Amino acid sequence: MAVSLVSTNLLTAFALCCVRQDRVLFDAVDLELAAGELLHISGKNGAGKSSLLRILAGLATPDEGQVLWCGKPLSDPSSNSTSQSDFASSLCYIGHLSGVQPQLTALENLEFWQAAFALKNTDYYAVLATLGLAGLEDIPCQMMSAGQQRRVSLARLWLTQAKLWILDEPFTALDQGAIKLLQQRFKQHLEQGGAIILTTHQAMEQQFPQSRTLELVYRW
Amino acid sequence: MVMFKAAFVREWRLLARQKADWLNPLMFFVIVLTLFPLGVGAKPNLLAEIAPGIVWIAALLSVLLGAERLFKEDFRQGTLEQLVAARDPLFPYVLAKISSSWCSTALPLLLISPLIALLLGLSTAAWQAIVLSLLLGTPLLNLLAALGAALTLSADKGGILLALLILPLYIPLLIFASAAVDNATLGLDYSAQLAVLAAMLCLAAALVPLAVLKALRLNVG
Repeated sequence: MAVSLVSTNLLTAFALCCVRQDRVLFDAVDLELAAGELLHISGKNGAGKSSLLRILAGLATPDEGQVLWCGKPLSDPSSNSTSQSDFASSLCYIGHLSGVQPQLTALENLEFWQAAFALKNTDYYAVLATLGLAGLEDIPCQMMSAGQQRRVSLARLWLTQAKLWILDEPFTALDQGAIKLLQQRFKQHLEQGGAIILTTHQAMEQQFPQSRTLELVYRW
Repeated sequence: MVMFKAAFVREWRLLARQKADWLNPLMFFVIVLTLFPLGVGAKPNLLAEIAPGIVWIAALLSVLLGAERLFKEDFRQGTLEQLVAARDPLFPYVLAKISSSWCSTALPLLLISPLIALLLGLSTAAWQAIVLSLLLGTPLLNLLAALGAALTLSADKGGILLALLILPLYIPLLIFASAAVDNATLGLDYSAQLAVLAAMLCLAAALVPLAVLKALRLNVG
């Protein structure tokens, strides 16, 4: 099993190094992610989890090392842009900022994302109802609680076709019910051949036997 | 195209809900222009003489006033980050931002220009020149303001920095636009000045969106 997975790596990164304000957050980080796998990045506050996710999502360039998508380098400026846009269209990135525009309603936010991220599923009402937001579709998101706003932003995961999800602390502000819901959605995505990279302080191993943990050590 | 439309609609919804965003620059423009006749006194000839410069400086400052908010909110909420990660939607998003900012800050100026002409005692010919020069010049103002907003995005107190960065770039525009109106008040031909404005607009329209794109990527990364 493990041998066959090696050849189907979606995302590979090697020798990643990130320096912030003269401080080496991490170096020589290698990781591999195959379809159907969940990679849990753990570590103390300030260990560089979010920075690593931003590098993997192509938002920041690593100070050293390389990220490969289906075997093609991404950060290399000489690489053709088709592999980069191929990667971007297979990616669903939700950072620790939710991306929800508070003045707009949940529906209006979803409509914008539908166009921006070419979401195939447009059954907004059903998805919002699944997330326990039935009846709140038409009120501005600023009227909602932090957990409800987080649910709106995570609604993207129910609409997207993207293969790779990169999520920074997706469980923040969610109640137990919503956490369960999200974990079910993760399982479904993994079974359909997707892959997930996330940071969280929740224990993932019991829920997800197929998950691996990469621990970043806090350094000074 | 789908993305451009969606981003444009989103901007209009936001403008409808945050009326201060487009009303404040407009009020600023009107108030500055009413202050001049009060300050200069009842000298219609002097007013008509300095009117081109006043109108253009007020327009320039009011566009600048509305510029800072352009990308700020989306940057703070993380929308921009997600758009940069998705790559393709960023360019239509930038175009939608710039065009909707022109509709919300510059178009109202054009609409109230007859009132302004009345206020400053301008002739019909001068008013026509003001409308034409605003029509060609304000998109340029918005393009450059968007560039400044994108560059100063992650700066904490970006407002003054934005003004310092962008105002020098407005100088050529100011010179040719007020020259056009000046010529009109003297009854001379001003098509040359308008042609220069159009040329500057074409150059900026071709290059500035790309620069904004790059600046947004830099600020997010």
